[in-house]
Amino acid sequence: MAEFFAMGGYGFFIWMSYGVTALFMVTEVLLLMRRRRTILQRLSRIRRAKIGVSHEAQT
Amino acid sequence: MAINWFKYSSPASFYPLAGRMIPWAMAVGVLTGVAGLYVGFFVAPTDYQQGESYRIMFIHVPAAWMSMFTYIVMAVWAVAGLIWNTRLSSMMATALAPTGAMFTFIALWTGALWGKPTWGTYWVWDARLTSELILLFLYIGFIALQASIDDPRRAARAGGLLALVGLVNVPIIYWSVKWWNTLHQGASISFAKAPTMAAEMLLALLLVTLAFWAYTIAVAMMRVRCEILESERQSNWIYETVEGLR
Amino acid sequence: MFAAVRSVLIRDLTLAMRRRADVLATLIFFVIVVSLFPFGVGPDAELLRVLGPGVIWVAALLAAMLSLGRLFAGDYSDGVLEQLLLTPQPLAALALAKVLAHWLLSGLPLVLIAPVLGLQYGLSGEALRILVITLLLGTPVLSLLGAVGAALTLGLRGGGVLLSLLVLPLYVPVLIFGAGAVDAGLSGMGVDGHYSLLAAFLLGALILAPWATAAALRISVE
Repeated sequence: MAEFFAMGGYGFFIWMSYGVTALFMVTEVLLLMRRRRTILQRLSRIRRAKIGVSHEAQT
Repeated sequence: MAINWFKYSSPASFYPLAGRMIPWAMAVGVLTGVAGLYVGFFVAPTDYQQGESYRIMFIHVPAAWMSMFTYIVMAVWAVAGLIWNTRLSSMMATALAPTGAMFTFIALWTGALWGKPTWGTYWVWDARLTSELILLFLYIGFIALQASIDDPRRAARAGGLLALVGLVNVPIIYWSVKWWNTLHQGASISFAKAPTMAAEMLLALLLVTLAFWAYTIAVAMMRVRCEILESERQSNWIYETVEGLR
Repeated sequence: MFAAVRSVLIRDLTLAMRRRADVLATLIFFVIVVSLFPFGVGPDAELLRVLGPGVIWVAALLAAMLSLGRLFAGDYSDGVLEQLLLTPQPLAALALAKVLAHWLLSGLPLVLIAPVLGLQYGLSGEALRILVITLLLGTPVLSLLGAVGAALTLGLRGGGVLLSLLVLPLYVPVLIFGAGAVDAGLSGMGVDGHYSLLAAFLLGALILAPWATAAALRISVE
């Protein structure tokens, strides 16, 4: 196992490459999921505000 | 059965289609990615010249391919948006740019980490590395220009024009850098390519490339959905169809 | 059409002559940047001779960037640009006139002062001749390409930094062949190829850049 991670002495270079790549890809997906959540929250607030206004106009 | 493709050129009908594509693309990406890593680390033999360090190739080369291919696709979408004034095309370009920039950075990063054990230095002004660096600048310019324009219509059209200018210039830049490099480069560094690549290495390379493709599609679809939601907040359809808003 | 081009050109030159400080500032910036380099790399004459053409070229790029922000900004803020967009004359021709004025005011002075700065770096007469010819062919390309970026970033916050981000990568080919010509000339490889390529860049930019600038102006002003 340790031998596998040592990669014949090149472990640092290989795992830094693969690690940073994985980190970037995962982070991008997480950031996009968070962005989507924030947008949806904001939109539903706008919607509720609109409904509230139209109710007031009717009464 | 004829599919009406133009139906999907409107954000309202593309939004659910993009949503259906995301899980499939993600699944393909994860499966081929895991398969590619398995072949790359456990099946492909150790390179007789470079030892284990060559295994960086399995992300470096696909990332470099992806970075260039994504730029072309992004520019084509942006220019299409400029010519036909279709909002969705411009949104696709905006959605692809950050992922393309990310793969460009990954190609540079892994290239540096591969260069250290192979050439003895993290950075050489090699034609490919230098062109990749300039490509990163072009991506950043596109993203920065769109980010600093508030009016979405102007942002889309300005991005389209910039992408068009970039598309014309990229071959000239690439060729100049190549020429500059061959003139200045001593014989000290040469790409020590193995004469024939083992079939397992090629397989791993192709699998990871496929994984990056699928990943790019999935992430671009996620981002384009966010773009659609942001630009369509005045329209009623999103409040009627988007789950979580009804 | 030529009358319109001429009047735009004369107008820009007159305006610049009323505010000479702006023109001078670009030139002085160029001189200072070039003169700062020896402090950074040391006064070794041999090293400076090698670095000279590249330093002068990079400083020329930066100086061109510095003045590009003003290319359309004044006309944009006082509404002249909108009038230019409404004229029946082709906008590309008017943009070309403005670019020409920009080059005469901020490109040509750099070309004229470059030999003096080249002497500071110990460049030979032959090297100076090549340097001036390449600058003469190359700096108009900088103005032409830069105009597209200036038009795109018109009125944006952080316009100056953004402009350099957009335009500097596009300057790479001009820099490579402009600064490379001196090396090639001194090592006896012949510089005709460099001249032809720079001339080709200039021709290509002359044909394409005014159109792109006009399109960018329409996008930005609308």
